[in-house]
Order: sequence, then C-alpha cells, then structure tokens
Amino acid sequence: MSIIKADTHPLDRYLRTERLPHVWCPGCGIGTVLGAYLRAMEKIGMDPEKSIMVSGIGCTGRAAGYVRMDSFHTTHGRAIPFAVGLKAARPDLNVTVFSGDGDLFAIGGNHIIHAARRNANITVVAINNFTYGMTGGQLAPTTPETGITTTSPYGNVESPFNLAGLIAVAGASYVARWTSLHVRRLEKSLEKALKKRGFSFVEVLSQCPTAYGRRNRMRDPVDTLKYFQKYAVVKNHVNPLEGVIEPNKPFVVGEFLDAPEEPTFEDKLWELTKAEFLHTSQAERSEWIIEHRRHLEVLSRIISGKGGEE
Amino acid sequence: MSKDILVGDHFLSGDVAAAEGAIAAGCRFFAGYPITPSSEVAERMARRLPEVGGIFIQMEDELASMAAILGASWGGRKAMTATSGPGFSLMMENYGLGIMTETPVVIVNVQRAGPSTGLPTLLGQGDVMQARWGTHGSYQAIALSPESPQECFDMTIKAFNLAERFRQPVILLMDESVGHLFERVTIPPKEEIEIVNRKILKDKNRKIYEPDEDLVPPMPPIGEGFGIHVTGLTHDERGYPSINAETQERMIGRINDKIRKYADEIVDYEEFMVDDAEVIVVAYGITARSARRAVIMARENGIKAGLFRLKVIWPFPSKRLEELSDREFVVAEVNNGQALVEVERAIKKRAVFVGKMGGEPHKPQEILKGIEEAVK
Repeated sequence: MSIIKADTHPLDRYLRTERLPHVWCPGCGIGTVLGAYLRAMEKIGMDPEKSIMVSGIGCTGRAAGYVRMDSFHTTHGRAIPFAVGLKAARPDLNVTVFSGDGDLFAIGGNHIIHAARRNANITVVAINNFTYGMTGGQLAPTTPETGITTTSPYGNVESPFNLAGLIAVAGASYVARWTSLHVRRLEKSLEKALKKRGFSFVEVLSQCPTAYGRRNRMRDPVDTLKYFQKYAVVKNHVNPLEGVIEPNKPFVVGEFLDAPEEPTFEDKLWELTKAEFLHTSQAERSEWIIEHRRHLEVLSRIISGKGGEE
Repeated sequence: MSKDILVGDHFLSGDVAAAEGAIAAGCRFFAGYPITPSSEVAERMARRLPEVGGIFIQMEDELASMAAILGASWGGRKAMTATSGPGFSLMMENYGLGIMTETPVVIVNVQRAGPSTGLPTLLGQGDVMQARWGTHGSYQAIALSPESPQECFDMTIKAFNLAERFRQPVILLMDESVGHLFERVTIPPKEEIEIVNRKILKDKNRKIYEPDEDLVPPMPPIGEGFGIHVTGLTHDERGYPSINAETQERMIGRINDKIRKYADEIVDYEEFMVDDAEVIVVAYGITARSARRAVIMARENGIKAGLFRLKVIWPFPSKRLEELSDREFVVAEVNNGQALVEVERAIKKRAVFVGKMGGEPHKPQEILKGIEEAVK
C-alpha cells in the first residue's frame, strides 16, 4: 500500500490548517461529516466570512476550532442558546451549531426543542456516535438498547431518543438523517439545510471505534460502516416518528421533513422593533401575528404523511 | 423626547430603574427567565426594548439566558439578563464562560433568601460570596450593590461601563427590598450620562487575545473576516486551545490582573460620619439604609458612629478599611456573615456581626445594639 501525500486539500480555505492535525482518533467519522459540511457550504456559495459555527463540548464540539470562520466553542449543552442569542442579535449572519448527540440531546436537550419550536433560523448538525467519546465511552441518550458502554457495562436498559422524530415534532422546518457512509446524500441534505430559512436539523450517525465500536463488536471503523450499509434503508419523507433505531434492525435514513418556509423567530423579533408594528392597535398586531404564525397543523399532516393540504 | 433615555423625574421600583439604566447605557439585548423578585426587570425590558430597536427573548431557562446574552454580546450588542438566587446558581457555568472568553455582559441578581427556593418573595443578601466565587476556577469578580432605585438606575449604567471597559461579566447585586422599593428616580439628559464602549479590534493581523497596555484585548467584530475562534478552554493569544500549565499561568494571570491592577478604578464606597467615628458599621443594599438610621440614633445617644457603605462589593475596599482599622467595627447584612469575612480580613480583628437569615430588613434598633456592643 502506498501513502499519498498532498500539500494541500481542496477544503483548505475553509480550514485553520495551522491547527492540524486534529484531536480526532484514526477512523473517527467526524472528519467525514465536517468535510461534507464544508463542501455543501462551498457548493451553495455560502460566504465563510458571514458564517458562524457554534459548538458545545465533546469530540464533535471541537470542530469549531478547525474551521476558518468566526467560531465559538461554548459550554457543554449550551451551543444552541448561545447561537440563538447570536442569531437574534445578528440575523445577517449564517449560524450553524455543529455538535454531538450527548451535548445536544442530553445536557442540552431542553434548548434544542425550544429552538425548533421557535423556528430559530439556524442549522444544527448533530453527529450521533451513540456515546460520549471525549470522556471515554459512557452511556448517551442515543445509545441503542443492549449497547455496552463504560456506564452500562451490562448493556443499556434505556430506550434511546429518536432524534429526527423528536425535532420534527418540536417544530423544525427541515429534518434529515444520514450516516457517515452516505456522504453524497448527506452533502445534498446539508446544502438544503443551510439554504433553508428556519430551524434545520441534520443528524448523522457516525462511527466511534475507540469508545463505542470497540465495546460493541465493531472494533474496526469499517465494521460500523458495514453495519450502516446493512441496516440503513434510504427512504425520503417517511413519518419521522418511524425513525426509531433498534439494534440489529433496519432503520430509516433520508430526508424526513422539508416543510414550506415560514417566518423565522428572528423575523418576528425584528418586526417587533418596527414603528409600524409598535404604533398600531393590539388588534392589528394580533392580526399580524396570526398572519405570520407557523402552521403546525400543516406540519403535523406533513409529518404524519397525510400531505400538506387539507 | 428620545425613547432611550426617559429624561425627568419618575416614581420607579428598583427593578424598573435597573431596566431603564440598562437602556440608557445602550443595552439592546435581553434574555431572561421569570423569577421572583427580579421578573419586573424582564417585564420592563420586554416592553421597552422593541421601542428602542432592541431584542428581548424569554428563554427556556437561566442556563440558556446566560448563554444567549454571551452570544448577543459577541454579535456586538450590549446585553443583560436578570435573575434571583436559584437562577443565579444556574447561570454560574456560563458566567465563567463569559470571564474566560472576556465577554462584556451584565447580570442583575435581585437577591432573595436561600438556600434553594427559600423565601422567593422576601429579602436575602446571601449571594455575596457566590457573586465572588460562584463559578469554578480563579478569577476576579465585579459586583455592585445599589441601596435605592436611583442607584439601581445609576449603577446599571456603571455596570455596563465596567463590563465594556474590562471585557468581563459584571454583576448588579440588588436585593428584594431595593428591587421592590418605589422612590423618585431622576433620569438625566443623555449628555450627562457617561457611556463606555468596548474597544474594537481593527487590525486583522493582530492576535485576538493580544492585550493592550491595560491588559484588555480589543474585542474583534464578527462577520467581518477576522475568522476568530473563541473557546472556554484555556487558550493562547490567537484564541486557540492550549492545554498546558504555562498558558494557564499567562492567560488566567492576565484576566485576573486586568482587574486586580485597576481595582482602585472600580472600588467605590460611601463614608457617612466616618471621620470622627469610634465605631463604623459596614453595610450595603437595603441594610445600609437601616444602618444609616442606626448611626444617627447612636450619635443621638452620644456614641460616635459612622457608616461605611459598600457601593461596589467586588473588588472589596480592603485598603480603605485597613486604614480605618483603629476603629471598632460592626457588620450588618442579611446572611450569616459573608462581607463579614472580608471586613475582618481587612481590619485584621473581629467585628461585631449583626446578621439575619432573611425575610425582612434589619430594624435600626438591631444594628444600634451592635454599635453599643462594639463600644462597650
């Protein structure tokens, strides 16, 4: 086998190359997902100077340290509210939260459902590696039942969250799930997510050979990719509530939800500051609010596969 | 008349005055979560901020509120939150993130009696040490303590000025009685209000955490191609994580020194009849008002008493107290001895302590008793 050495990488202009090598383990899937994210950015011509990446704590959280754009590595679980505050203050900037399943759904679980409910105009990329990698492989709210972790040494007895279902029901505008194997499709979804006005969410199942695979008969990173290949069923617009992941059973990947665009949280916050909104009657203000409300009843019909029309 | 500064005399509660002070200081972002006895700050901001082009968000909890104001501050806005004990506890981690990333924000804590849910509607002053040491690690805190609605207005402006000057979260340590007290508040015209704004980094080639001579680095703008990285990890001057003892010593040393070296600029106190006093009462917030009365009563009884009122609690005015340490001391506060520890450390002897667990302010007679004991 020969090793190919290159001095440059096509994505160098998006990376803080002086920060490399990165902290991620050999065989980790985070780099694959970050690559897809940056290619999606490039493809849609998103200006890195006008783009912000916010992350929390954990392996995925370190991504913010490698991208050549204004980036914030915040506290555990609080990337979303930091991003919500930043985006509300600066709606002119593209804001992405790039973080892991534990950060976004355990310690930060409350924030993500509220950000989706508000339809904050941010993109959330959640890398789900089923465990806490940075701290050595503990139980996560995404660990499959029976999964062995350092804090579930006899097998996980808890049921994991169906992240796609949870976020769709909470009110997101765009929801997709892929794996680190489905790179091209992931890229396409990321393009859509980044372009979407409103709360967009892309979950990426990914291998963690060091902390999770090793304890769950997937010691080699390729073992997890083979698992994804064997069990991932590509289907678009399936009811996200059917996105449950059970061990050693087929699970759905694809675009779950691409809802019609509606006014975002920031649109409404800024409307409040306009004189023509403030200096009218409450009846007219209420009318504006109803006119610009989110149509969650339509969203529910789309989610449950009944279509967007009555 | 401009909407941002409501020039004139008003009859306001301390909570509302703090909100007006924030707006006068240029605060244009508020994120908070309702909690007694601070909710009136949020309510006023919700009504007022849109009128002046500002953003108000009621977040899902206090952890989110604190994170959101940090994000907004990096977005270039002056930002504030308001809370009370339980919420203040929840904010502690991101208070630390604000210190570590050198983010100017203001946290209003209208203290109630704790621990835990305690007395939600009643007075406490038990967060003095939490304001100083509440988040983990080594840092300097800045905390102000108003005794009246007028000072709630004035000191909120000052809190923003200090936050912007030192690039650090600043705490306005109010208490329930001052927060709910209604009094005349005079709002001066704009030109009479001193406003300090953060230094903005202009040179893209300069490292973002390279300090000026005053040890404070200018704050880089976002969305303008600086490509900054900001982290709660120990970081070098470039802002990049640097996980070693040497960087820790240098960077954490600097964020402490930027305040320690200029503490004299921040320290603020009021001396009332202190010059010839044989006994000095140290108090702050609502307690200072009872103490002032007690001092007058003591004087009427022939005891030369004085009041030393902490307007800024952190940094603590140890130097001045040490100069006065030939006098007898009484410390009165609504807790079981927090400022007391600092006073005794400064005067290098014991003080008579007049504490209360919370629920009501001191009666002047209670403090008078302490004064009489001190001169016995």
